[in-house]
Amino acid sequence: MVKEYRTIREIVGPLVLVGETSGVKYDELVELELPSGEIRRGKTLEVSGDTALVQLFEGATGVNVSNCKVRFLGRGLELGVSRDVLGRVFDGMGRPIDGGPSVIPEKRLNINGSPINPYARAYPSEFIQTGISAIDGLNTLVRGQKLPIFSGFGLPHPELAAQIARQATVRGTGEQFAVVFGAMGITFEEAEYFISDFKRTGAIDRAVLFVNLANDPAIERIAAPRMALTAAEYLAFDLNMHVLVILTDMTNYCEALREISAARKEVPGRRGYPGYLYTDLSTVYERAGRLKTSSGSITQIPVISMPEDDKTHPIPDLTGYITEGQIILDRPLHRKGIYPPINVLPSLSRLRDKGIGRGKTREDHADVSNQLFAAYARGKEVQELAVILGEAALSKEDKAFYKFADVFEDKFVRQGHDENRTIEETIELGWRLLTLLPKSELKRIRQEYIDKYYPEKVEVS
Amino acid sequence: MNRETKGTIIKVSGPLVVAEGMTNARMYDVVRVSEKNLVGEIIELRGNKASIQVYEDTQGLGPGEPVETTGQPLSVELGPGMIEAIYDGVQRPLDAIMGLAGNLITRGLYVPGLNREKKWNFQPKVKAGDRVVAGDILGTVQETTLVEHRIMVPPGMQGEIVSIEPGSFTVTDVIAELRDGEKTHHLTMMQRWPVRKARPYKEKLMPIIPLITGQRVIDALFPIGKGGTACVPGPFGAGKTVVQHQLAKWADAEIVVFVGCGERGNEMTDVLLEFPELKDPRSGEPLMKRTILVANTSNMPVAAREASMYTGITMAEYFRDMGYSVAIMADSTSRWAEALREMSGRLEEMPGEEGYPAYLPTRIAEYYERAGRVVCLGSDNRIGAVSAIGAVSPPGGDLSDPVVQATLKVVKVFWSLEDKLAYERHFPAINWLTSYSLYHDHLRSFFEQEVAADWTNLRLEAMALLQKEAELKEIARLVGLDALSPSDRLVLETARSIREDFLHQNAFHEIDSYASFSKQYKMLMIIMHFHRASVEALGQDTSIEEIARLPVREEIGRMRYIGEQELDKLESLRKRAVEQVKALTEKAEAEV
Repeated sequence: MVKEYRTIREIVGPLVLVGETSGVKYDELVELELPSGEIRRGKTLEVSGDTALVQLFEGATGVNVSNCKVRFLGRGLELGVSRDVLGRVFDGMGRPIDGGPSVIPEKRLNINGSPINPYARAYPSEFIQTGISAIDGLNTLVRGQKLPIFSGFGLPHPELAAQIARQATVRGTGEQFAVVFGAMGITFEEAEYFISDFKRTGAIDRAVLFVNLANDPAIERIAAPRMALTAAEYLAFDLNMHVLVILTDMTNYCEALREISAARKEVPGRRGYPGYLYTDLSTVYERAGRLKTSSGSITQIPVISMPEDDKTHPIPDLTGYITEGQIILDRPLHRKGIYPPINVLPSLSRLRDKGIGRGKTREDHADVSNQLFAAYARGKEVQELAVILGEAALSKEDKAFYKFADVFEDKFVRQGHDENRTIEETIELGWRLLTLLPKSELKRIRQEYIDKYYPEKVEVS
Repeated sequence: MNRETKGTIIKVSGPLVVAEGMTNARMYDVVRVSEKNLVGEIIELRGNKASIQVYEDTQGLGPGEPVETTGQPLSVELGPGMIEAIYDGVQRPLDAIMGLAGNLITRGLYVPGLNREKKWNFQPKVKAGDRVVAGDILGTVQETTLVEHRIMVPPGMQGEIVSIEPGSFTVTDVIAELRDGEKTHHLTMMQRWPVRKARPYKEKLMPIIPLITGQRVIDALFPIGKGGTACVPGPFGAGKTVVQHQLAKWADAEIVVFVGCGERGNEMTDVLLEFPELKDPRSGEPLMKRTILVANTSNMPVAAREASMYTGITMAEYFRDMGYSVAIMADSTSRWAEALREMSGRLEEMPGEEGYPAYLPTRIAEYYERAGRVVCLGSDNRIGAVSAIGAVSPPGGDLSDPVVQATLKVVKVFWSLEDKLAYERHFPAINWLTSYSLYHDHLRSFFEQEVAADWTNLRLEAMALLQKEAELKEIARLVGLDALSPSDRLVLETARSIREDFLHQNAFHEIDSYASFSKQYKMLMIIMHFHRASVEALGQDTSIEEIARLPVREEIGRMRYIGEQELDKLESLRKRAVEQVKALTEKAEAEV
């Protein structure tokens, strides 16, 4: 028999202080019953003597001090999972919202998970072909990686994320990914875009969606990514599937976290975000990877919209310290009409070198990629210089780099929404662009590869 | 002496638990929390209330549950079996944990740091009747092919050996009896040491021998001495971790302790998988045979992250005491500082800068002061060293961050990683203008005797060119490249060559990954001799374009790929470079 308390003392924002409690545990699931019979859920944030501080997941509207009942359930927040979650749409608390029946769980899992033992991990090293040159060629995604997209408001990150979800395949097998989609505080239109895109391409059959919309309680955003990852872990490590998790938008998640921290009157860190933001984010992002004992994998693509396009804002900053690289979308490129507007220079995939090369993509991949980076960086530098000095003042060599940078953006980075390039096409394209430069400038490529792959007579316009 | 007390939980807030009835407990004692048997440490005492930081997840804990002190401060077990191990922040072996609990780390698991069953072959170095003092070597165990584990008399003990036997023992078996007046000590191969207390030594010495890392920008421009301290701050993506891994791989330390403190799980896996494959360039044995890993990844409990740095450095000091040169890498100290901040916030302490506790600079200084080159305890006056290298991850790469500033106050080498260089894929992305090493003077005589007499001059000459390049680039930005004099253009050419052909180093290329001192010296000499010859040639009517077009330039660009066995090729390249420039001058003269 679960005890019921009618001893609410304080309500501040989403926080409720319950008095005269006994036997309450930290981080326990709580049910709060309104006089109307409506039930809200929450968890204990702190237990001290005979009081318990409860954080509601669904907001405190209508809760009052005298008439509400509080029950402590003796367990954490759980998600019931089974193979049938595929093809379904849930809200941020794991309740179906697609009109279908509720899922009969095969097991119930605590959504906080437990940290993966580093000793049990297998290193991510299998190349994922996304069909997007700027990613495959230069910032390669690897199975089990967590690679966020840093974007800004109004940039086409939904299109890019959907394109990756659609096209991602494991090379060689052609095997497709199960997609777990976690939406936190996004608009109806954005959510609808993903859902209809998944339906259009048939991807919905191998997808699970957890959707918390902008008008849903902010506090539910804390649970949504954990729901998504719990489902992903079940699919990957129990059912041995390859899972791609898209979390959008982590900025909203962090803001919800700040809201709670402020309500608790905690000492704020940078920009009002709590001092434990890093640790908290890591408990989301680190739930990716591969295990030695399972053939499944979780690859994570969180989307972060950077306030003011500022990479040093605490959210992208702390994210970058946890994830294995980042794909950065760039406003000037977007203005030029280039899709996807990926700025390859500050973008990075830390696992690239493990996932490419002989037997995985092609032996010359790393060298070509390094050379493209170096040449584009130099081209951009020359272009800046030309703004001051005028193009005429450039040396012949510099002019070549100038042109290279332009053609690189136009041919290599730019591609269609449905254009799916194989990795060979991407590398060949890279070689063709490199012919714009003097051969002696190709210092980052081993001589043997130049001899073997340097294209004869090509035209690049 | 029974100091054990039992108390009761009255408050749980994240990793912080407050218990009452703890009158006899001492600061920093380890406690067992609740029936789940979680490990914690007392970090504050007020009256009979103790604040405890718990090293495991506290979900499901509540008031009324018991807390029991062990009467011991947080300690590590030191003895054979540490090398090749991977531990969490409080020295629990993660491989054994996996055997017990599977893929995930669950709570309340207790596994001792050293394997109790494994037998080691012990060879005594002293005999019955010998008088020994603390630090004297009783005998040895060949722990791995690379490491001879020296069993020492623990600090604070001395006396006459009553008995000692060779043979096969576990770490808890008695290997020797020691009589000190009335008392008899039964010595095992295992010592326990509290992690927050530095292990004693006789005397500290200045670092005068460089830690050879095989990384050109470090060894040639900003070297660290054995027993020195260094920090690597940089924004994310600038390559801190790659630099740390390169050092762990190639540094000529006899023991490497790698502390993954609040970082990515996959990075530890990378080390675990890669190090057994990589060969030590000096012995040809796998690098793992000299490595200890401490892994407390970002999603593992935050309090254990705070302990992990101390666990690591205590192990490093223990091997130092045997007379070894040890290098400890901590990646990243910022995460450790954040763990301090989190606990401090929950204790409701008055915050200092950026919410960090006011004692942050003291803690950082204490940590780095445990590094050093020392005369070890024991009668043979052997010398050991701990070199400490810490990564710092300042928010947004901003060096005014309190952790960076507190670190720079104590460390002597600063490798400044810059994201701009990383974007250009110039790795290691160590900025050559802002970085510094304060060890040049201490190491000078070593370099001049062991490498080459003109090493220091060569380095200064190269640094001057890089400095000049920065100035010239500013000018060129305003007036254009063509307005520069030919000699200035040559400076730009040479500086670029130093950057691209010498400082840039590909960690993932099988040959380029490591360069010996002699290769580094020869490479730098080629560039500088080519420069000197070019300066001379410019004075004799040769144009800068002609020099830039010389075919040998391309060869210089590829000299990094010349293997360590064929370094004489570099010598012939140097000759060719100088000759090609000379030929230009002769041609010019002939035309006149």
